[in-house]
Amino acid sequence: MHMLRAENITKTYAEHTALNDVSISVPKGSVFGLLGPNGAGKTSLIRIINQITGPDSGRILFNDEPLKPEHVHSIGYLPEERGLYKKMKVGEQCIYLARLKGMSDAEARKRLWEWFERFNISGWWDKKVEELSKGMAQKVQFVTTVLHRPEFIILDEPFSGFDPINAGIIRKEILRLRDEGATVMLSTHNMTSVEEVCSHIALIHHASVMLEGRVPEVRSRFKESVFEVQFAGEMLAFTNALWTGAELAGHAEGDLGLRKATVKLRGNTTVNDLLAALIPHVSVRSVTEVIPRMDDIFIRVVEQKTAAV
Amino acid sequence: MNKTGLIINREYFTRVRKKSFIVMTILGPVLIAGLMGLGIYLGMSDQSVYNVLVVDLTPGVIDSETSKGKPMFFNRLKNTDQVTFSYTNRGLSNAEFDSSAYSLMVVARPDILTVPEIEMVFRKLPSLKARSYIKAQFEKVIEGEKLKLHSIDKRTYDSIRTDLDVISVDASDGTTSFKQEQAVVGFAFAVLIYFFIFLYGVQVMRGVMEEKSNRIVEVIISSVRPFQLMMGKIIGVALVGLTQFLVWVILTGTLFALVSQALLPELTDPAAVQTTESVAKEVNEDAMNQAMMNEVAELILFRINWPVMLAMFLFFFLGGYLLYASLFAAVGAAVDNETDTQQFMLPITIPLIFAFVVAEFALANPDGAAVFWFSVVPLTSPVVMMVRVAMGFDAGTVWELFLAMALLVAGFLGAVWLAAKIYRTGILMYGKKVTYKELYKWLRFKT
Repeated sequence: MHMLRAENITKTYAEHTALNDVSISVPKGSVFGLLGPNGAGKTSLIRIINQITGPDSGRILFNDEPLKPEHVHSIGYLPEERGLYKKMKVGEQCIYLARLKGMSDAEARKRLWEWFERFNISGWWDKKVEELSKGMAQKVQFVTTVLHRPEFIILDEPFSGFDPINAGIIRKEILRLRDEGATVMLSTHNMTSVEEVCSHIALIHHASVMLEGRVPEVRSRFKESVFEVQFAGEMLAFTNALWTGAELAGHAEGDLGLRKATVKLRGNTTVNDLLAALIPHVSVRSVTEVIPRMDDIFIRVVEQKTAAV
Repeated sequence: MNKTGLIINREYFTRVRKKSFIVMTILGPVLIAGLMGLGIYLGMSDQSVYNVLVVDLTPGVIDSETSKGKPMFFNRLKNTDQVTFSYTNRGLSNAEFDSSAYSLMVVARPDILTVPEIEMVFRKLPSLKARSYIKAQFEKVIEGEKLKLHSIDKRTYDSIRTDLDVISVDASDGTTSFKQEQAVVGFAFAVLIYFFIFLYGVQVMRGVMEEKSNRIVEVIISSVRPFQLMMGKIIGVALVGLTQFLVWVILTGTLFALVSQALLPELTDPAAVQTTESVAKEVNEDAMNQAMMNEVAELILFRINWPVMLAMFLFFFLGGYLLYASLFAAVGAAVDNETDTQQFMLPITIPLIFAFVVAEFALANPDGAAVFWFSVVPLTSPVVMMVRVAMGFDAGTVWELFLAMALLVAGFLGAVWLAAKIYRTGILMYGKKVTYKELYKWLRFKT
């Protein structure tokens, strides 16, 4: 079951191609990370999903039906370039934005109180936005994004500008909303948060999807048979035990007098072969496979593609 | 409420609740009525009493038994409630005058018949009304003296004096025409439209720029179509303008009625207008002024077809406003900050200012070809046409009015269409110095 499917979306502005035959599927209930360097086309795709612009070709399916104007009521969107009316009062403004999303005045009011209590900001209701600090305003923006109970929440760089505490609160809220049944799409450069909250990702670069799938699956796709070995003993003895099928990739002092070494296995070498070679020389405590971090995957994909072009 | 309604609602109420709006709305009519009242007050309600010492230096002795031996002005200046004359033939020094009971000292030189000049010494500058009364009194005496000198009979002189009345008659229906005067009233409406378009057009532009630079616009157009946002803003601001106008009309009307009731009871009473008008001719110059004012009042109240005038005002105001406001909205969307607006404002302000100039020209030459063309072309018609509407149309020319109205509707639809295209692209375009070439490209973008 998919919340959203983009099928062969192409969008060009004058001479510039923003999206070239892009297809992605966002499963219901997932937290979907939309990754890519600046200018890759993420915002163009998000704007098409929000019906701010239309694609030149291709189509979007929302809940398995073609995207239509009423769907904006079921989407909450926090743009990267975001702001509020400075002279308007916080409460009034949140209700206005919720009503533009089709919610009734009374319900918006009720829901807003719940959110204000959750965030402990009930005192802000009658404050003007210009009196709020940047961090406070961002909390309000987050509230306006989700106030109308959207099924699908799109957050473009939600963590930028937040201090670690507020970023943590937002992260927690994202997961809570997911648990309550919402599907979240978040576009970000912050790979640590991707690993923490995203269940699926798609990486867009130069207007095309380079990578898509569940996070563990994507990460394991980039495994390179690198293992981290913890052992007690001499580093020299460890090195001497290796051969062309198992190359030392790096080493460091570990805790409690242990040492850590990373080893890349080549050809048909297995972990068992490695252990068989090591055990006579050092005392092995643990062997774990190194799964690449999203950071590394991101950089690798982007650089590869750039080099290819 | 639909979404455009919500936007109109927000645009309207945030503006109407602003302190600056409330202050301007209330202060505007007070200022206007105050200025009008002040003018009337200064001219009319001078209640001070003037005790005038006439120092008559023309030959003669004041106490002479025969009227022949008396100086020229002795006892010949008419006293009124406010101005009383005393006579002497010995001038007071300024210091003596200062400590005397007289409020004015008028010195008539011995050769006043050849050098018509009097010197008026005052402690407090007398009102215009008192001065012109004194002047008229002296003139009358001097005139009488000159008539005697040239042995001209007073009656002959009166019959020679001519005060020509020009009555313009419209050949088409044979009625007396007050077109010139009516045009002035139309011009006042034209000025009003001109200012309202500018004032509120710029407000629309500012509002668009505010949303763009606040970066709230992307959130809003993820909920509504850009066109709804733009039209909501334009309509909301229009309602603000109409509210302000309505309050101004009501407040100014009330205040003016109160002020004029207090100062000029006759002006507001049409029955009094008739009587004073007929009597006026025979009385004195003061009453002549009064009669002229009454004529103006009559013109304002009766000659102009007010229902048509107001309906046309509303139509041309709204049409012109919609046309210009959408262009202003497009400019606001195209630029990042106020300083960049200049280059795009120019092509909008030039036709508007030009319309104003043509409207002024129409006062002097209402049937000129230029006036016809610019009262029909949509960019200038809202201003220029008001002058022509005030003058009225007949069966042969009324098509020009309908043509102008139709073209204005077409014009604003075109402007809205054009503006919507620029707006849609512009509001999401940041950090780019936009050129006309770029704008042209936007017009050709698909959604």
